[in-house]
Amino acid sequence: MPIANAPKAIALISGGLDSMLAAKVVANQGVDVEGVNFYTGFCVEGHTHAIRRRDQAKPKRNNALWVAEQLGIKLHIVDVVEEYKDVVLNPKHGYGKNLNPCLDCKIFMVGKAMEMVGFHGNPFDFAITGEVIGQRPKSQRKETMPIIARESQANDRLLRPLCAKNLPETLPEREGWINREELFGMSGRSRKPQMELAKQFGFKDYAQPAGGCCFLTDEGYSNKLGDLWTARSKRDYELDDIVLLKVGRHIRPNPRFKMMIARDEGESRFLEGYRKAYVSLRAADRRGPLALIDGEANATDIKLAARVVARYSKQQSDGQSIVNVNYVDGTAESVSAVPFEPYEIPDAWHVGA
Amino acid sequence: MARGSIETLKEVDATGTLCPMPLIRAQDFVRSIEPGDRFALLANDPGVYQDIPAWCRMHGHEIISTAENGHVIRMVIQSAGAGSS
Repeated sequence: MPIANAPKAIALISGGLDSMLAAKVVANQGVDVEGVNFYTGFCVEGHTHAIRRRDQAKPKRNNALWVAEQLGIKLHIVDVVEEYKDVVLNPKHGYGKNLNPCLDCKIFMVGKAMEMVGFHGNPFDFAITGEVIGQRPKSQRKETMPIIARESQANDRLLRPLCAKNLPETLPEREGWINREELFGMSGRSRKPQMELAKQFGFKDYAQPAGGCCFLTDEGYSNKLGDLWTARSKRDYELDDIVLLKVGRHIRPNPRFKMMIARDEGESRFLEGYRKAYVSLRAADRRGPLALIDGEANATDIKLAARVVARYSKQQSDGQSIVNVNYVDGTAESVSAVPFEPYEIPDAWHVGA
Repeated sequence: MARGSIETLKEVDATGTLCPMPLIRAQDFVRSIEPGDRFALLANDPGVYQDIPAWCRMHGHEIISTAENGHVIRMVIQSAGAGSS
């Protein structure tokens, strides 16, 4: 239970270990901490329930929710999909290794957090992040720490409890809300200090996604997004576009169209929900995945697409397949197709590979 | 009779959206109603079976009932109040 008149902090909660530890360190000092998780559309946390097969032994949890529950803090989940487009499309500080605008993203999120009003009805006194100097090559460097504080306008109201001892004193420390001696001086890419602290706090179960919490750090995903922009001759996206980039194998036989082909039953079921918006194909005479077509495929393209679908369907000895094609206007046709041999699908057709 | 009884129960339709959007819709709706009010959240992403109970535990809301009809999941939720969510 928060203490009356306790200072109030908003912690950025990604669902990973570092932000969990940072919030815990501050909450332990008597600060009233609330969490926020920003939903950008690129979050690894989102959508995965719907895409996964229903028979998975362990249900997929939302790690940000789970972390907040473990910490005993309340969590705001905020939809920033539209506002976030500008961060992805026009990053002032550029991209990282892939299309990840990590520095601009952090500036955006800290700024948004500082604009929020808490469940207590008041603005927050300061913001908390789980950043560690040197942990990430693009955004978490000694030089980027003041940039984030300044450009988010949080300034000295931004506290990084895990590496605070390597940084200048912040307002919460000067005001005596936070005891600097109980903060940490972590740096570098090693995860050992965080794991040690997790052990001290008794955290045994926590998520440590290799690429962080965002699909934009993934090379394959970024390649698919770049391909989307090239094919449409426009750098823009809608939420459905970026969700679909997470699903299936993407094959582009020519600039006119791309195929999105489910890799398992869960993905087929998920893609079913898009059949009214995209031309869809599926083998009629054998088991096989659902495929969607994005773009403007002509009659020749449809025949080629049917051969691709037949290639990923259960093979039969007769060497022929019937593929049902359903168009967006409600019409349908059946196409006879000879499945491609694996070697007949060039590597260059695989988008994001 | 509790506010939000069967005659007046408002529905928050999050069908066709994927987690965490159903939760965000519910969270936003709770800000517009009074403590003790009930509403029905409609969704078809099975992720709500994990996310909504966790969110309710965290903020003190109560799940009154859960039902699935076809592909639509209907959760009736009693709000603990705007200050909680």
